[in-house]
Amino acid sequence: MPLLDIRNVTRRFGALAAVDNVSLTIEAGEFFTLLGPSGCGKTTLLRMIAGFDLPDAGAILLDGRDLADTPPEKRPIHTVFQSYALFPHMTVAQNVAFPLKMAGKPPAEIGTKLKEALAQVHLEDKGDQYPHELSGGQKQRVALARALVNRPRVLLLDEPLGALDAKLREEMQIELIGLQREVGVTFVFVTHAQAEALALSHRIAVMNAGRIEQLDEPSKIYGFPKNRFVADFIGHCNMLEAAVIEASPHGLRLDVKGLGEVSAPAAERARARSAGVLAIRPEQVRIAAADTAHELANRFAGRVQDFLYVGDVTTYLVELANGARLEALLANSAPGRARFFEVGEPVEVAWRRDAGVFLPD
Amino acid sequence: MATSRAAGRTRWLVTGPPFVFLVLFFLVPALIMVVASFRYPGDFGGLAPLAPAKPGEEAGLTLDNYRMFFSDWIYFQIFLKSFGVAAITTLVCLIIAYPLAALIARSPKRHRDLMVLLCVLPFASNFLVRVYAWMIMLGPFDLLFSQFAVLAGMVYVHLPFMILPLYTNLEKHDPMLLDAAQDLGANGWQRFWRVTFPLSAPGVFAGSALVFIPVLGMFAIPEILGGIGDWLVGNMIKEAFLGVRDWPFGSMLSLMLTVCVLAIAGVATWLARRGVAGA
Repeated sequence: MPLLDIRNVTRRFGALAAVDNVSLTIEAGEFFTLLGPSGCGKTTLLRMIAGFDLPDAGAILLDGRDLADTPPEKRPIHTVFQSYALFPHMTVAQNVAFPLKMAGKPPAEIGTKLKEALAQVHLEDKGDQYPHELSGGQKQRVALARALVNRPRVLLLDEPLGALDAKLREEMQIELIGLQREVGVTFVFVTHAQAEALALSHRIAVMNAGRIEQLDEPSKIYGFPKNRFVADFIGHCNMLEAAVIEASPHGLRLDVKGLGEVSAPAAERARARSAGVLAIRPEQVRIAAADTAHELANRFAGRVQDFLYVGDVTTYLVELANGARLEALLANSAPGRARFFEVGEPVEVAWRRDAGVFLPD
Repeated sequence: MATSRAAGRTRWLVTGPPFVFLVLFFLVPALIMVVASFRYPGDFGGLAPLAPAKPGEEAGLTLDNYRMFFSDWIYFQIFLKSFGVAAITTLVCLIIAYPLAALIARSPKRHRDLMVLLCVLPFASNFLVRVYAWMIMLGPFDLLFSQFAVLAGMVYVHLPFMILPLYTNLEKHDPMLLDAAQDLGANGWQRFWRVTFPLSAPGVFAGSALVFIPVLGMFAIPEILGGIGDWLVGNMIKEAFLGVRDWPFGSMLSLMLTVCVLAIAGVATWLARRGVAGA
């Protein structure tokens, strides 16, 4: 039996279905992420799991028991809020001990659990300080310790890293993974940052307009997006308009508009003559000087139109013969060189047969 | 150098006028009162001269006023009673105002200003008229000229002074904190006593001070609604100045009242600090 079972949950605000017939199950010990743009319904779903909002239809079950009649304070589910929501009039220790006190634990137990929780987030020496004396990262840790101290069955995290700067965010990501492994509590993480979701999660549900677009492991979501939305939302993706010439279980032959024939891996819903896009990640596109000997089947001539240097890699924007633009990523292997190709230089782009994903309309 | 001098001049321009105002209209009168409390009353009100005009005339400085105050229990009793009335008024105001302030603070933004306006609207009519209105209301119920009438009047007049600071405080509370408390297992009662109330302490203190202190000095309400039996410090001071025209005695009473209020404020502040540290 799954730990958390969300069955056909719908929540409407007026005519708008913020969450539209969503079903998913989350296993015990899982790091599960709800990923999507703002307004996709992920926060509404989170609030319903916490109990601050109730579904208009469907049910949310914990350990097989319907939570509909259980108010938030009675649910063994705690939340790390985006703004942390630390109690400003309490010290760090009082904040962290709060759930234990509310649960009516004896003082001795509160003492040991408090100590353990503060040690877990490396704040042993901050117990007597007030939240306003802490840095953003420390507040984040207090919020985590407070939500975890009474060992909830599920920990909900509502964009908890959103307020941190990039460097700190990366550190906290690593700490989060370690912490989750250590305490073994099921994490349900809500974010709009796809990189964060890919780095942290065991499984990701990509949401859009109240529905789940795709639910899978991070590498599957990134490598095999199910539709245009997912391909576009997760990472960068080149989209080439194409139509199927021939579909077989071994692969597809596609006609890319103005470019010619291309081979692509088999796709579920692709039939002959169906139209769609061929999605290819920039790092899967190889770029080389024109007329270089090449073993790859899908290969086209183009011209460098622009480039974007970000240090470790450079993204080249290549215009193909049909006017389509393709992004190609090249690692900067030569020290001190920002680019290998100049703007206007004729180049050749190519990708493996199994690289692209055909997404029928 | 030039900029710092300009900054100094600006600072003086900003703080100077209120400083001069306070010295002239607060500090000097207070000092006059202190000196007056050590003098003899004049024959027809006012103060006796510092140097005797005729031999044997009471003049100069004396401790008589204070001696009189400390030698008779009645003053202590009236003080005690006044502080009791002020404390009860403050408490009743707090109990009535808190839910009201919370209600306004949680109402939709567009309704809040109107509700606050309704709270202060009584100030638009004359204070005495409003107190007389209470006479008319209480009369038929045979409650006039009682301690209840005094208390009702006091609470009615001072309620807005409790509502406004409480509302200003409660309005700033982050509703997320209550969500967090509930999420972490706190029921409604616990959410109030552990989050809302401690966070509203500054509002409670401000409102209490704004009610407690004016009530102590209030003489009109006890006089109109309390009848002849209800004497408070305010009545005593008013009577000393306007009735028996003993200015030095009135000054002494005012001074004693001020000292008591400052002492209470000091103790309250100390308790509040300790409360914050030990909560």
